[in-house]
Amino acid sequence: MSEPADAPLIATPLDALHRELGARMVPFAGHSLPVQYPAGIIAEHNHTREKASLFDVSHMGQVVLTGADAVQRLERLVPGNVAGLAEGRIRYTMLTRPDGGIIDDLMVGNGGDHLRLVVNGARAQVDLAHLQAELGDGVGIDYRKERALMALQGPAAAAVLASLAPEAAGMVFMSFKDLEINGIPVGVSRCGYTGEDGFEISTAPDDAEAVARALLAHGDVEPAGLGSRDSLRLEAGLCLYGQDITEETTPIEAGLRWTITKARLAEGGFLGADVIRDQAENGAARKLVGLTPESRQPARPGTQILDADGSEIGTVTSGGFGASVGGPVALGYVPTDLSEPGTQLTLQIRKSQVPAQVTALPFVAHRYFKPSA
Amino acid sequence: MTTKYSEDHEWITVDGDIGTVGITDFAQQQLGDVVFVELPEVGATLDAGDEAGVVESVKAASEIYSPVTGEVTETNGDLEDKPDTVNTDAEGDGWFFKIKLSDSAELDDLMDAAAYKEFCAEQG
Repeated sequence: MSEPADAPLIATPLDALHRELGARMVPFAGHSLPVQYPAGIIAEHNHTREKASLFDVSHMGQVVLTGADAVQRLERLVPGNVAGLAEGRIRYTMLTRPDGGIIDDLMVGNGGDHLRLVVNGARAQVDLAHLQAELGDGVGIDYRKERALMALQGPAAAAVLASLAPEAAGMVFMSFKDLEINGIPVGVSRCGYTGEDGFEISTAPDDAEAVARALLAHGDVEPAGLGSRDSLRLEAGLCLYGQDITEETTPIEAGLRWTITKARLAEGGFLGADVIRDQAENGAARKLVGLTPESRQPARPGTQILDADGSEIGTVTSGGFGASVGGPVALGYVPTDLSEPGTQLTLQIRKSQVPAQVTALPFVAHRYFKPSA
Repeated sequence: MTTKYSEDHEWITVDGDIGTVGITDFAQQQLGDVVFVELPEVGATLDAGDEAGVVESVKAASEIYSPVTGEVTETNGDLEDKPDTVNTDAEGDGWFFKIKLSDSAELDDLMDAAAYKEFCAEQG
């Protein structure tokens, strides 16, 4: 995206394993990553919903912040509540601009004496420049660029990981722990980008292949690529940076108000607070909605959204085939007065005008691990 | 009957003056899981190289081009409900449309099986 097209691609620590497994590699966020394995995108998608899949997400940026002021300083840059985050817990939030636009979305974990950030690979350099400029001298920023990150996702993920690291079974959604797999130290977070229960596992580069092989050795685990990762997250209604959220969209427009506590909204003190508070209280002019086309033809990003009069009112930002839904699904921005689920709109898909209905998100229910207390 | 191949990875099998057109097995492998096929209208006249439809895989949309000039006489309605036939039998039941050729000499501009195989190997 922001990388020049001719920049050399970075091979992840799992590159050789991907090729051995017959992956089709594509450039993504400056890295060479598998878009699919021989099973194919739909099979990989379905396997993730039924059992468990292993994704290489080493392009994601892992950043550690240290310093006594790290929490307080980071809170100036994100609308999420970092100060209230218990040790060992993770929160999803975003780096915002003074105009409320989103620089990136990210995970923030409280490691006690440090914060663990996971940012988008394609935005890592922009994020780092922003953090360096805004956090100030008292905060150490360590971009752990070489580390590997893999995601084990699906209903069988917990049993699989617990067979190698028993403590994983008891972790709640959005928590993390340092564990061991066959004696190898791994940073395990219970979270993901598929709508399923699952984990993200961070390792030193030299340990990545051994950990991946240990996970893949389990009969319930198959490798999966970026193709199914995209269709899974789309069905789960999770935003993709660069498409559904950008510097031109705000958290309120993107339906991310749930990530902002009442207190933070009232007190402000973060970049873009005035705009975000105003939109939260008075409504934004447009909203990101789910769209279900009444045809089997997928609506790709850039597809025009039309109202009943045929006027263009918005654009599809993500769209494709939802294998679990059994048909095409899309996300797009529409005026707020046309954002209620059930609203009938029209998509201009190539030459045809296809009726589409605004659909409540997610398209496929989340199945995160949240034991009732 | 003779089968020829285009550089856009369509195949055409000609019986008399009617050609049956689809995409090759190589093309379906490159596309991955096919989820939708948009076919031309029966009766439409197409020039060689004209866009005849669209094949949508999970990954992306790709245009289908007519390898020859002529009039569309029939389309494969089975693909509406079973677009994945393009994956399972690209050069058989996964055909897209039939076209009445205006000029069978156009076939000479297309590749035969051996030349197409070589063409794919170069793209490999």
